[in-house]
Amino acid sequence: MLNSKIPAGELSQKWSSYKNSCKIVNPANKRSLEVIVIGTGLAGASAAASLGELGYKVKAFCFQDSPRRAHSIAAQGGINAAKNYQNDGDSVYRLFYDTIKGGDYRARESNVHRLAEVSANIIDQCVAQGVPFAREYGGMLSNRSFGGTQVQRTFYAAGQTGQQLLIGAYQALERQVALGNVTMYNRHEMLDIVMVDGKARGIIARNMITGKLERHFGHAVLLCSGGYGNVFYLSTNAMGSNVTATWKAHLKGAYFANPCYTQIHPTCIPVSGDHQSKLTLMSESLRNDGRIWVPKKQNDTRKASEIPEEERDYYLERRYPAFGNLVPRDVASRAAKERCDAGYGVGTSKQAVYLDFAAAVIRYGTIECGKVGNHNPTPEEVRTHGLAVVKEKYGNLFDMYAKITGEDPYEVPMRIYPAVHYTMGGLWVDYELMTSVPGLYCLGEANFSDHGANRLGASALMQGLADGYFVIPYTLGNYLADDIRTKAIPTDHPEFVKAEKEVADRINKLMSIKGTQSVESLHKRLGKIMWDKCGMGRTKEGLTEAIAEIQALKKEFWSDVKIPGTVEGMNTELDKANRVADFIELGELMCKDALNRAESCGGHFREESQTEDGEAKRDDENFMYVAAWQYNGDSDWILHKEDLNYEVVHPSQRSYK
Amino acid sequence: MEHYNMNLTLKVWRQQNAQVQGSFETYQVKDISSEMSFLEMFDVLNEQLIHEGKEPITFDHDCREGICGACSMHINGKAHGPWSGTTTCQLHMRAFKDGDTIVVEPWRAGAFPVIKDLMVDRTAFDRIIQAGGYISVNTGNAQDANNLPIAKDKADESFAAATCIGCGACVASCKNSSAMLFLSAKVAHLALLPQGEAERKTRVVNMVDQMDKEGFGSCTNTGACEAECPKEISIMNIRRLNSEYIKAGLSGSVAK
Amino acid sequence: MGLTGLFLIVFLVVHCYANAQIFLEWLDYGRGYKAYGEIAHFLGSNPIIRIAEVGLFAFIILHIVQGLMLTAQNKAKRPIGYNVAPGNSSSKWYTRSMGLLGTLILMFLVLHLAHFWAPNRYQQLTQGHEKDLYLIMEETFQQWWVVIIYVAGCISLAWHLVHGFWSAFQTLGLSTPKYKGLINCIGVGFAIIVPAIFALMPISYKLGWLPPAAEVAQFVKTMAH
Repeated sequence: MLNSKIPAGELSQKWSSYKNSCKIVNPANKRSLEVIVIGTGLAGASAAASLGELGYKVKAFCFQDSPRRAHSIAAQGGINAAKNYQNDGDSVYRLFYDTIKGGDYRARESNVHRLAEVSANIIDQCVAQGVPFAREYGGMLSNRSFGGTQVQRTFYAAGQTGQQLLIGAYQALERQVALGNVTMYNRHEMLDIVMVDGKARGIIARNMITGKLERHFGHAVLLCSGGYGNVFYLSTNAMGSNVTATWKAHLKGAYFANPCYTQIHPTCIPVSGDHQSKLTLMSESLRNDGRIWVPKKQNDTRKASEIPEEERDYYLERRYPAFGNLVPRDVASRAAKERCDAGYGVGTSKQAVYLDFAAAVIRYGTIECGKVGNHNPTPEEVRTHGLAVVKEKYGNLFDMYAKITGEDPYEVPMRIYPAVHYTMGGLWVDYELMTSVPGLYCLGEANFSDHGANRLGASALMQGLADGYFVIPYTLGNYLADDIRTKAIPTDHPEFVKAEKEVADRINKLMSIKGTQSVESLHKRLGKIMWDKCGMGRTKEGLTEAIAEIQALKKEFWSDVKIPGTVEGMNTELDKANRVADFIELGELMCKDALNRAESCGGHFREESQTEDGEAKRDDENFMYVAAWQYNGDSDWILHKEDLNYEVVHPSQRSYK
Repeated sequence: MEHYNMNLTLKVWRQQNAQVQGSFETYQVKDISSEMSFLEMFDVLNEQLIHEGKEPITFDHDCREGICGACSMHINGKAHGPWSGTTTCQLHMRAFKDGDTIVVEPWRAGAFPVIKDLMVDRTAFDRIIQAGGYISVNTGNAQDANNLPIAKDKADESFAAATCIGCGACVASCKNSSAMLFLSAKVAHLALLPQGEAERKTRVVNMVDQMDKEGFGSCTNTGACEAECPKEISIMNIRRLNSEYIKAGLSGSVAK
Repeated sequence: MGLTGLFLIVFLVVHCYANAQIFLEWLDYGRGYKAYGEIAHFLGSNPIIRIAEVGLFAFIILHIVQGLMLTAQNKAKRPIGYNVAPGNSSSKWYTRSMGLLGTLILMFLVLHLAHFWAPNRYQQLTQGHEKDLYLIMEETFQQWWVVIIYVAGCISLAWHLVHGFWSAFQTLGLSTPKYKGLINCIGVGFAIIVPAIFALMPISYKLGWLPPAAEVAQFVKTMAH
């Protein structure tokens, strides 16, 4: 049933042979082919720009006031690429291998290998666009290491890599807008896919300023709408990040794959109270230099500075000597939760661990003093020099921490705790990034393809840009080559009319409930169910309860939600209600998927499936597959399995010890 | 850090849409924690309004970590509020004390018309970028990234300019509603890099031309933009922009 | 604005240099009177300077017209203002008040031209020789209100220059990081010293720090013979 269309041949040759044999649309025909792109993050902006450059007529949509604000902008740490500029043994194979291993052997080999292959081109492209990556004094690009790898392959721009990459893609996109190849629709939210003769042929979008529904035709539709971490209410995602686009596609037949794979990022600023609206990430790059610890004594209420060295438990270094503080995210997150649950947490909430830079300050300070010929520096001199280095590397992150917490991280260790950050699951796509609906593609975080059950740091930016710059321009052509005779379908086609009516009916229904509970309060409740029962530790009982609770919440939502204002004009509560309604349905599917996957792998930790020392235990025999769910009506899904065949890598129990 | 709760009076600009006139409304909020962010305080107020059957206040916000540039409130006479180098979403309530009255207005500029309440239309910025704020390089055109060494200080300076988040605080706080800091940050970012060399002259003249068309004012070097910029973009970029513009003009480049 | 401003700054240097001659009086009796008379005559009769004077007026008018247009245009860019204005927290008052300061300077300038330039040129045209400026200054600066207006005019000029000097360099793209500090220092120094020298003249006359015109003129005439 599921055809992943993986090209034949040796793994390292698949992408080349695909490119050599895929169909191509000639330039004259491209001009009459229309492509709709939903979302303008790294995947969407890069796809829209590249397709515009090729000559397609592109329409790009984003719900923000400008494409530049997509949440890719918030990515901090960096972007991986197999450049081997550091001569430390990196290669396409190693990047591929690390990604497969980091994903806990739940990703598709062929896709990941392609990702590693094009990674180097991404850096070239971005530099050519003017992305100001960090450089060494000789003018060459600088690299740093990131969690889950042992080479330095991460390119970065201070703690704002996502921003710089997105601005690069955004500028490329705006250039195409200026050239007339791309039409940009800001403040538009996609609310449905229009299907004509079994193919995706357009969308219904709501103009968020006027409230009017619009019909847009496209020969193909690309969903680049990001992840669904906000199903947890609190996450590092932007407030507007939502699942609506992919969920609507799911309801129209696109399979949703591995929805339960959620990445809980280990280094976020802890929750400070009930009022909290979102969580803030502190880049994983901090783990390069910060040491994570908790007191050795339970319920220790002393200040960090009063706890002597020998009474500190550097638990990651203790448990995972080979990788230490640089273990992958899922491992680091669970270890933090384990310590806090066991009563070793710090801060007022006791739901936090320390991330301490004191050792790095001394290390860097000594080096810097040595550089200027001071071989017997005083502790103050070491500290001054060391702080300067730390400030240069992480200044913006430290400032952000200080603003949010009111504490000075140069003086006291940071307090951190895991938070929902990324969703590896998403719409199922084949090798060509097409979903199970013909003509409907899914790129970037919104698809499921490359990260398996856990994403390595600095890989999300790589994937988003790989999909947009270097994959879709080829694979889309392969589909559209057969479509050159299809004339633009007029938007008064019955399918457009029908789709618009369905969307309008749903909006009117939402507005007519006039209940008593705000959208926000219902979203918060959904988030709590998801975090408690489908968060870092999942059990059969918990998930079963969660499904029942979510179903009840759904009923409550549809009978008691209160949306002020009108359908016409700007109505942010209505926008939010539309999204939360979809999150509720997704939450149920996530729990079902988590329940089905009775193994632990990557970010998915089933407490029933762990080793004696509390590490995640995979069950390759029974679960080495992608769970692709087909929507089959209210609260009903059909599971399709895509078996994962590892031809090159031999799955083993992941060990970072 | 000591935490405390406070009661506040808020005077907020309300405006149904671009076509109608707006006015200030006064609201009371109670038990606001000093640990909240400014926008979380607005969330509390909005929940309160929804329960009273009123329409909540519309405002732009998204990432809430100071990088997307969506948030845009003018708080007590300051773009993004009292803290320097801070966006509204990162402003925390410990900046205020019990009993304070806080006046919140939208960005005010003819080029940024109000859409609703505190939300304004900043698409003029996108159009300025469209006029030339890019390097024309199609996907696939690039050479190896390390074939083009760039001196670290140049790269760092370019990066510092490129950290602009396009929030519009520079326009909002300039008495002339000038967009020069925004524009100059982009011009400087690209002019400092060898990749940007080919289009250096046409870029600056076209972008300045577009800025004027959009209805932004002229720069009189008051320095308010720099003082209010949440990313602390330096007005030395405006110096660079002026220099680039004059050089381009002297060499005969004209806006197209 | 920057270009015309810089030209006017150059004019100020010349004007200030000429004015400062009068204070040579404090070194030697009669020397200031003589030097001032000579430079005034040179400036008043040299054809190149006469042509430059036309240019100067053109620049002043251009500067004013530019300023008025700029202020009007910029004001129009914000149809609805703020309820709470940013005030001095983000920019200095004088940087935002260049129009006002300029207007004050203009008002002063009209008076100033009426006092000296106009009668002098009139006499030059009608009678072929210039007035004794030393003498008219002495007469003019007898009144307190005139002295006060002149001093106020100089203070306006000082604030105008504190911003205008640096701003002109910034607008012309010349205030590079390397020279920014230097330009700022010179700018502030210029803005203080030049108006101070201007202001010193009416004050000196009023307070009798300079010898009476009749006496010193007589003295110089005698010495010349």
